[in-house]
Amino acid sequence: MAQDAIIVQSTTSTANSGLYDYLLPIFQDKTGITVNVVAVGTGQAIKNAENCDGDVLLVHAKASEEKFVAAGFGTERTDLMYNDFVIVGPAVDPAGVNGSTDVQGALAQIARSGALFASRGDDSGTHKKEMALWADSGVDPTAASGGWYRETGSGMGATLNAGIGMGAYVMTDRATWISFENKQDYTVAVQGDEDMFNQYGVIPVNPEKCPNVNVDAAQRFADWLLSSAGQAAIAGYKVADQQLFFPNAPGN
Amino acid sequence: MGEAFGLAIALVVSGDADLIEIVALSLGVSLSATVMACLIGLPIGAFVAVARFRGRNAVLILMNALMGLPPVVVGLLVYLHLSRSGPLGFLGLLYTPTAMIVAQTILIAPIVAALSRQVLEDLHAEYADQFRSLCLTRVQTVQALLWDARYSLLTVGLAGFGRAVAEVGAVIIVGGNIDHLTRVMTTAIALETSKGDLVMALALGIILLVIALAVNAAVQSVRLTAARQAYV
Amino acid sequence: MSDAVVISSAAFPSAAKAPPVLPLKVRDLVLRFGNSTVLDGVSLDLGPGGCTMVLGPNGAGKSLLLKLLHGLIAPSSGQVTWGGQPAAQVTARQALVFQKPILLRRSVAANIDFVLKARGKNRAQRDALLEHVGLAHKSDQPARLLSGGEAQRLALARALATDPEVLFLDEPTASLDPASVQAIEAIVRDARDRGVRIIFVSHDIGQARRMADDVVFLHRGRVAEHSTASDFFPEPRSSAARDYLNGRIVV
Repeated sequence: MAQDAIIVQSTTSTANSGLYDYLLPIFQDKTGITVNVVAVGTGQAIKNAENCDGDVLLVHAKASEEKFVAAGFGTERTDLMYNDFVIVGPAVDPAGVNGSTDVQGALAQIARSGALFASRGDDSGTHKKEMALWADSGVDPTAASGGWYRETGSGMGATLNAGIGMGAYVMTDRATWISFENKQDYTVAVQGDEDMFNQYGVIPVNPEKCPNVNVDAAQRFADWLLSSAGQAAIAGYKVADQQLFFPNAPGN
Repeated sequence: MGEAFGLAIALVVSGDADLIEIVALSLGVSLSATVMACLIGLPIGAFVAVARFRGRNAVLILMNALMGLPPVVVGLLVYLHLSRSGPLGFLGLLYTPTAMIVAQTILIAPIVAALSRQVLEDLHAEYADQFRSLCLTRVQTVQALLWDARYSLLTVGLAGFGRAVAEVGAVIIVGGNIDHLTRVMTTAIALETSKGDLVMALALGIILLVIALAVNAAVQSVRLTAARQAYV
Repeated sequence: MSDAVVISSAAFPSAAKAPPVLPLKVRDLVLRFGNSTVLDGVSLDLGPGGCTMVLGPNGAGKSLLLKLLHGLIAPSSGQVTWGGQPAAQVTARQALVFQKPILLRRSVAANIDFVLKARGKNRAQRDALLEHVGLAHKSDQPARLLSGGEAQRLALARALATDPEVLFLDEPTASLDPASVQAIEAIVRDARDRGVRIIFVSHDIGQARRMADDVVFLHRGRVAEHSTASDFFPEPRSSAARDYLNGRIVV
């Protein structure tokens, strides 16, 4: 039944890490609602939702999400879960940042050493976060764009493939990294800075802006994700024995 | 590479349900688009092949240029039209196989038109005197050319199909690469690549290649049979 | 196949009751391509019935004259009228058999069917036509795998399928074996005997002697001579025709 299907405009990390493959069958069994996921960068996901091409938005760029709701495209934004960003690098560690827990310091060190750094460069949630961290570190990497700073303009997976191919540092969300299968000699170089916190939010699309949205099913999906059952399911998803997402919906 | 071959064979032999679904959708979408593109492109190609009119050269240049339409641009244009906020949004076609067929049809109709124009114009050069002697109407001429060039046009259709089944840029935008709904071979390959599962991506690529080979071989054998009868 | 084959009148229904296509009047016909003048003032009158052979050296413009008479191309100047009607208006009442038969990429039968269908004629005539040209046993074979003689007989059958009042033949037997030449001549003679007006371009003087009721001799883009066969062959009036019949090359 068509009215029992919704489209989720989503960031890629939640899709590529396999979270939806784990969550959606549980939700579908319970409710009979089919959830179709369009996984694109956060920037594009928000634009698609603004075009009314989705029923639920699930991304990770809080400021943009709040703007989306303020503009009337979403009914309400709620924290859903978090994990963190990490900077991965080759074993040779050309910038000498291995083991660092100070992300701004590490970025400045990478810039100083001229070691290669591969950026999404695609206005995604990860890219926005990375740009904010560069700004905090006092470096404008785009001045070196094409030099040591390489903007792939691609998704997280493609950027990891490209970065690993050229021996560059890459900032990625931890979930994508853990489930990524082409790591080669790469390891996590920088992690643990509280500034690398990565918050995901969920927003039902507003039927006042988009009369076509399947508002009931969308709301049920969002409510389930935020419920104790949904939060438990998120916490239960593991890859290589590691939990990828940490539920933090309010009231749980 | 060897690992990918092994995985490709294992996927095929085990009759992996997801794989079958993806392959079936790929073939369904691209074959449908090829049929649609032929319904649109062949009459246009045939008309331009036999007609002489002002601006014909400009039309030829346009047809040939459109063969190089970037899939992403086609995808974007179709997205903007089918999006809920677009003029055709009320149809609710975005993120459906129909949207993918529409995009691929737009992508390959110019290929069918331009290549068939060449094939039919060559054939018309051979038949023109006879047809004029018989006082055929333009419609009769076009019908006869389309029928007599049918085996050459099969190759034209194949060129269109090859382009459609191999492109990823258009279908990923208008289809959304939704699992069990709009995921086809090329978008699945893109997805596996972005997950870093290069072995799986390559294995899917090998399967896509084998399917393309099989389709080509089937058409080629039809052509060879026809050629033995001097019908090509 | 032989002259004995009798075609039922049903296979060749009488012509539509349109104004007659003959006589043919050609007046001061000129055909130029750029600077070269191929036909330079051709005038000619042909009455109904019979076989007119068009002779002349290479480059005399024989094939182009046929296309002009048939209305396939337009002259640079001059006029062609058939029973007072412009050539292009009677094209459908005529048929042209080319030196190299243009056969469709279909079976022998389908080549005939195509014309019958295009002309809205009864397809039942097909078998009689194929029988007539001795190709009934090849009915289902691919047309383009026929031998040269067979292909030309099929082209003739296809021309006859249009039930033409005028049949143009452009060197139809060039480079065919003697048996094929004989077979084709028999078919053409049969058509003439049933009243089809034959206009036949040939290089073969022997063939011209066998077939001609009258002869048009083209030379340097003009009609050098138009005589009855009985006058032309024993004693051509023009020196060009004399030289041609004596085997001296004239251009």
